Amino acid sequence: MAALRSSTRILSSSTRAAFRPSAVFSRSMASVSETTEQQPRVKSFQIYRWNPDTPTEKPRLQTYSIDLNKTGPMILDALIKIKNEQDPSLTFRRSCREGICGSCAMNINGQNTLACLCRIPTESASDVKIYPLPHTYVVKDLVPDLTHFYKQYKSIQPYLQRDTPAEDGKEYRQSKADRKKLDGLYECILCACCSTSCPSYWWNSEEYLGPAILLQSYRWLIDSRDERTEARKSKLENSMSLYRCHTILNCTRACPKGLNPGKAIAEIKKQMSLGA
Amino acid sequence: MIAHRLGLAAVRSATKPNVFFSQNIPRMVLASAMSTSQARPVSTQKLSQEEGQQVLVNQRLNRPVSPNLGIYKMEQTWFGASAWTRITGCALSGAAYVYFTAYLASPLLGLHVESAALASGFAALPFVVKGAIKFALAFPFTFHFINGIKHLVYDLGIGFAKAQIKRGEIALWVSSFIGGGYLAFGL
Repeated sequence: MAALRSSTRILSSSTRAAFRPSAVFSRSMASVSETTEQQPRVKSFQIYRWNPDTPTEKPRLQTYSIDLNKTGPMILDALIKIKNEQDPSLTFRRSCREGICGSCAMNINGQNTLACLCRIPTESASDVKIYPLPHTYVVKDLVPDLTHFYKQYKSIQPYLQRDTPAEDGKEYRQSKADRKKLDGLYECILCACCSTSCPSYWWNSEEYLGPAILLQSYRWLIDSRDERTEARKSKLENSMSLYRCHTILNCTRACPKGLNPGKAIAEIKKQMSLGA
Repeated sequence: MIAHRLGLAAVRSATKPNVFFSQNIPRMVLASAMSTSQARPVSTQKLSQEEGQQVLVNQRLNRPVSPNLGIYKMEQTWFGASAWTRITGCALSGAAYVYFTAYLASPLLGLHVESAALASGFAALPFVVKGAIKFALAFPFTFHFINGIKHLVYDLGIGFAKAQIKRGEIALWVSSFIGGGYLAFGL
């Protein structure tokens, strides 16, 4: 397909170029006149660095300064610019650059969020401080090890489980009201911003599931098509999995997608105690 | 189908200036020289669940834990209601335990900590010191009490919107300071 694409371009552009030879230059002319007479707005970024090739060296903050006039508006733009132009060894995860993939979750100025959805603060001159997600094992620089987080996700069996076949033999139907219950839950992208903002998860991450996984747990608990609700609940019925949540609500404040893990956990607790 | 697409693309790109011609020629030459299948000198190794876990454990021995309390927003960690509910709870129950133990041991040690002796001793203190001591007990009480009620409301599933959380936090601190101040100096 890719080969096909470029060949079509050649075909079409050859005809174009024959008509307008000056088209080749038009772009470079435009970019020259773009930025003139603008004061450079320099912003400094202090970024957490640690290199696994020299594991005995302590993690440190490295400062990079860039001109905001030549940078996109988001933190991720700045990181990419630094990596491209100043320090190719700077390591971070990124993919979609629009808050869909959840790769670029990190701690920016003391708040967990997605770098692609976080504006570079221009109102203050202070440095931007960027750390990896708090209390995680660091693989390199801003890349945290999320193996355990994904394992916990797997442990809640995040898929539809039922024994009775569909009535029409085609699909499992659901009322509009039941479908509406999943709104605000299914949008979670598992970026781990909420879980790693939770002090309770910091100290008990081995056993406590954490807000992100509990939100997903609730998503399957209230799905009207799922028939394993009781089994799912009984798995949470212990002192660690669910009840390490002390309603600190850092999770809700952190969620870059505007979801409410704190509320979901409260609903699970309510369901567990009322037996509803 | 392909011919149709080719035609479409040609029509589409004819409507705007195109600069790909000069740039694409070398790329195309390169692409045609390359094979589409890849041969990489990499061998993979099959690991069992336990062996995989061991690999992770060994990796973690070298990896640092990223900073947490030291860097996270202060108002969500050091000044969070959760931490202060514990602190105030410990302060209240700790003070009670200290007093009860002292009361229990006072006959043996010859101390006088019964109510009458305490009241007369306390009355002799200057007003500011009296107020300060009372505030040191009254603030933990009001904070713990009000946040306790807030948590009962949370258990009903109410008050989880971001704006409500922020307002609740401010209301908690202001009301417990005012309440503590009233108990300390007003009564």
